[in-house]
Amino acid sequence: MKTKTIKKKDIASFLDTLLTRYEVFAPVERDERVVFEAIGAGSEATLDYQNTTMPPKGILFPQTEQLFSYRSTKDTADIAVPSFKEKPQLIFGIRPCDARSFLLFDHAFDGDPYYINRRGNTLLVSIGCTHPQAPCFCTSVGGGPFSEEGSDLLLIETGDQYLIQIVTDRGAQLLEESGFKDAGKDALTLAQKMIKTAEASMGAGIEIDGLKEKLDSSFENPIWQELTEKCLGCGVCTYLCPTCHCFDMVDEAEGSTGERIRIWDSCQFPLFTLQASGVNPRPTVKERFRQRIMHKFSYMIESYNQIGCVGCGRCITECPVNLDIRQVVHTISKLEALS
Amino acid sequence: MKNPYIPFPMRIDNVVIETDDRDIKTFSLSFIHKEDEASFAYIPGQFAELSDFNKGEAPFGMASSPTQKGSLEFTIAKAGVVTTALHNREVGEIVGVRGPLGNGFPVDTLRGKNIVMIGGGFGFSTLRALTTFVLDEANRPTFGDITVIYGARNPGQLLYKDDLEQWGKRHDLNLYLTVDSRDDEWSGRVGLIPQITKEIAPSAENAYILVCGPPVMIKFTLPVTREIGFLPERTLLSLEMRMKCGVGMCGRCNIGSKYVCTDGPVFSCAQLSGLLFDES
Repeated sequence: MKTKTIKKKDIASFLDTLLTRYEVFAPVERDERVVFEAIGAGSEATLDYQNTTMPPKGILFPQTEQLFSYRSTKDTADIAVPSFKEKPQLIFGIRPCDARSFLLFDHAFDGDPYYINRRGNTLLVSIGCTHPQAPCFCTSVGGGPFSEEGSDLLLIETGDQYLIQIVTDRGAQLLEESGFKDAGKDALTLAQKMIKTAEASMGAGIEIDGLKEKLDSSFENPIWQELTEKCLGCGVCTYLCPTCHCFDMVDEAEGSTGERIRIWDSCQFPLFTLQASGVNPRPTVKERFRQRIMHKFSYMIESYNQIGCVGCGRCITECPVNLDIRQVVHTISKLEALS
Repeated sequence: MKNPYIPFPMRIDNVVIETDDRDIKTFSLSFIHKEDEASFAYIPGQFAELSDFNKGEAPFGMASSPTQKGSLEFTIAKAGVVTTALHNREVGEIVGVRGPLGNGFPVDTLRGKNIVMIGGGFGFSTLRALTTFVLDEANRPTFGDITVIYGARNPGQLLYKDDLEQWGKRHDLNLYLTVDSRDDEWSGRVGLIPQITKEIAPSAENAYILVCGPPVMIKFTLPVTREIGFLPERTLLSLEMRMKCGVGMCGRCNIGSKYVCTDGPVFSCAQLSGLLFDES
């Protein structure tokens, strides 16, 4: 694999070069948090962060998005579909877990022109995690702190420079005319060392072997009641999850004109599945919480042959009642078969 | 790529008030653009999303048969925001339609077979579509015996009264109507669907049975169909779930790993027994 190096101090000017061709989203500091935003200058970006509170999923799947606008009277209905943005975009400094999450979105949004257009128009330059955090468990769900899956380029911190791993042709094109030097043997050795150290520092995470079968056979187990007793159903886990993709569609109207909007929704809310007849197939927190776990660790494996979790740990960090998805899954995996 | 979220306009040509309480209406819609009709190739059991702009969308099974050209029919019970808005619509007005969606009844598998249809209440609408389809002059010879068992709470709740009258006169269709409770004019059967099904006991030989209706009806009818001899593989249900996108992306209508909107709404009992959902 081809590798280049870039000095840390040259990152800002590299971003400035990219900004002439791309709309660039990068981590920036905002009110003591780090968020992904479209930047105007390379100096706005920070690569000195652990992970953002919100995943960058909204760049490809906006929290609210117009599907079409309409003008409707009693006897007419004219529909206008928004045009797709043509300027290519780039997410710089995305963590490998979040980059992998788009591989799941590629399945979930197969046939969705809004997502597919943006996705085809977006490059991902990820930055490996030299210091994985306590809630991180990417290695146990098929990823890793330096996983290149889903990325076009991957940056690996090595002292005062980054090693740039070129993953795709599109990534290679980004570096044309950059003048960056090929990585030397020392840089490669150091990068290997950083990767090994980071991976070794990670906790056990989730035991995936046999988990799907265990979940499928434990669907009716009363343990779900116990496991979900303290869940408030606030849905923050789903909003912050880089793989959660459920949405609602609503009309926002003003007189005879309006827009059909899609907005993020959450399977943790009772209205999500409530039918007009009054029937709700997921009437309590138990069914809704179980749906979230089953979707990620059973249904997505069945549908896409992929685990629906990238181990970013946001749902653990931000849960107001400290529900830990790793513990939930661990409890299920240790269950004796129901007699 | 076709944008699956964009509805096309259809005009309301006719509205039939189906029930005494006026809560269920059948809307007949005509295509405005020829190309929309050409792209709307459907089979009975499929559904579409109807838009009342400003209020939103809701899914409804087609109550009409593809053998009826030029229009679509939807039977709509007034229940929520969108259905109430649609009920306030009048002839000549425009609504949006997106579809056809879902798998529909396996029409090709059913050809050459005897078909037993059991419908309860409002759930009868897509079975009406199938009945109309199989009774079509060109189609009828390609199907075996047709039996329709249809029940409602009371005579005033029976849908499609003109159809029922026509069907009752035919010799190539066995029609059984029943009501939970009779009124003064009703001289037909009185009794719940499971009990009536047991009495009639249609033969399972070379046959498929299709059951559509409220969950409680399905729950008590399935043991009867099993007892009569219908295997789970040949017992078909059409399921209802809350839906938004209708194309398997918004994530709410799943039963286990299957989406009712794209994998269904028609499932065999054999398929469902392998899926994870609460029995209640």
